[in-house]
Amino acid sequence: MLQIVQTALELGFQYALVAMALFLSYRVLDIADLTTDGSFVLGAAVSVTLTAAGHPILAIPAAMAAGACAGFVTAFLQTRLGVPSILAGIITNTGLYTVNLMTMGWKSNASLLRVSTVFTLLRDAGIGGAWYELLLSAAVTGMAGVLLWLFLGTRLGLSIRATGNNRDMVRSSSVNPAFTVTVGLCFANALTGLSGAVVGQYQKTVDTNMGTGIVVIGLACLIIGETVLGRGGMGRGILAVMAGSVIYRFIYAAVLNTKIVPIECLKLVTAMVVALAIAAPTIRAGAVFQKRRLAAGRKGGR
Amino acid sequence: MLRIENISKTFNPGTVNEKTALSGLSLHLAPGDFAAVIGSNGAGKSTLLNAIAGSFIVDSGSITLDGRDITFTPDHKRSVVIGRLFQDPLRGTAPSMTIEENLALAYLRSKEEKTHPFSRIRKRDKEFFAEKLKLLGMGLEDRMRQPVGLLSGGQRQALTLLMATLVTPKLLLLDEHTAALDPGTAEKVLELTQTIVAEHHITCLMVTHNMKQALELGSRTLMMADGNIVLDISGQERSGMTVDGLLRRFKAGTGRDLDNDRMLLSD
Repeated sequence: MLQIVQTALELGFQYALVAMALFLSYRVLDIADLTTDGSFVLGAAVSVTLTAAGHPILAIPAAMAAGACAGFVTAFLQTRLGVPSILAGIITNTGLYTVNLMTMGWKSNASLLRVSTVFTLLRDAGIGGAWYELLLSAAVTGMAGVLLWLFLGTRLGLSIRATGNNRDMVRSSSVNPAFTVTVGLCFANALTGLSGAVVGQYQKTVDTNMGTGIVVIGLACLIIGETVLGRGGMGRGILAVMAGSVIYRFIYAAVLNTKIVPIECLKLVTAMVVALAIAAPTIRAGAVFQKRRLAAGRKGGR
Repeated sequence: MLRIENISKTFNPGTVNEKTALSGLSLHLAPGDFAAVIGSNGAGKSTLLNAIAGSFIVDSGSITLDGRDITFTPDHKRSVVIGRLFQDPLRGTAPSMTIEENLALAYLRSKEEKTHPFSRIRKRDKEFFAEKLKLLGMGLEDRMRQPVGLLSGGQRQALTLLMATLVTPKLLLLDEHTAALDPGTAEKVLELTQTIVAEHHITCLMVTHNMKQALELGSRTLMMADGNIVLDISGQERSGMTVDGLLRRFKAGTGRDLDNDRMLLSD
């Protein structure tokens, strides 16, 4: 039981970075960034490849830089070349499939055998006891969260927030929205790359398909977190995605162990939850309309 | 200050929707000029302001501001020296950000405050913002940490005015900025506009649909039709002009009656 809780917490914190990235792109910038699936695998591929070569620590910033590059491509397509934002993400994502294969030496998966990872380095240093994996995952995510929170309070951070709010106003503040979108997407994908990097070293394996649907799972975490903690400032938003991600992993663990829903169906369930949550305002408005229409009908209306 | 030479702009050229919005328009504004622009629907008033602000690049002609040719300068760079207010009070502010954060963004235009992108809002900035907010007389200085989305349209427009002039612009563009407000609030915002413009000697170009306002406010009245300026009066000629006189001059100049659906509604 403790093992299950521990694993859920570990995965929760590791994948919280993806949810944090989506908080930045989807909530703050108001862009649905579909680069996420590809940049997650890219981060993992870079991380595992460099770890296999004996550089587990260097692997982390390298994976973040790779993620940022992917974000830059998506941003460049949409801000400079006029590609619609959703399509820009899909295009980059498709291209990344090949880049990811290339990163892994033209194989569809790679594994780490008897090499040190950031996790084993911590264990060998005797830090964290039996909880060293959770300690590291929570520390990385916590630090990323604090840095993101601090960043969003800076002048550049404010301009990025305003870009998702009112681009006209950003322009009239002498800031180019193309620039703020680019910085925002680079940061978001660096976070996704970081998530892939940590997950890759944790699982000691990377597979080209490990990112499939991660953007929807990230959104699910975002929505779960906002439902639990509510929406508010930036700090609350960042805490909410962490909480949402941990809760999602607990739900995942519960499903996996109790088999209420076959585990193969979890992605379908997740997709349905996300679709319903995002559609909720429209559904609510539609229900109100129907109710009024029916009430009017009784009084001899249409 | 502002020197517009022979600018033209045609939208959707070569299609059935082709529309010449500006045709060979020239305009000079001296430093401190406050010009009010009136004209019929589709005369090109907003297009002129958009051309100056850089929302699009003109097809021909040139725009010079304070001796600098800005004809091909992108809009976000022009906004360093050009402040702008729209009719829609929601267009000038970011609703989910606080009053303080909105002002901090507007303050990015400041040249003296060499701030690097990772710096944060300082206590000194906040005090400066509060001091400026006090001048609006709306009590906003006590609500600086509230999201702008909670403010009324009038309050948002007043805040936008403050943001546009927080760093004194060389030119202020007002596109019917009080038209969407209730009469009381509109008057208040207009008063604030006059005070701020006079205090900082800002050169100002204001589009209005109110003929009386166009004659009373500022120092010059411009009338537009078919993408050009058909009447430009100031000084003695302007102070002796009446609304009826203005309508007659319009008809004499263009051979048509002035028709603007909003003018009928205004006194």
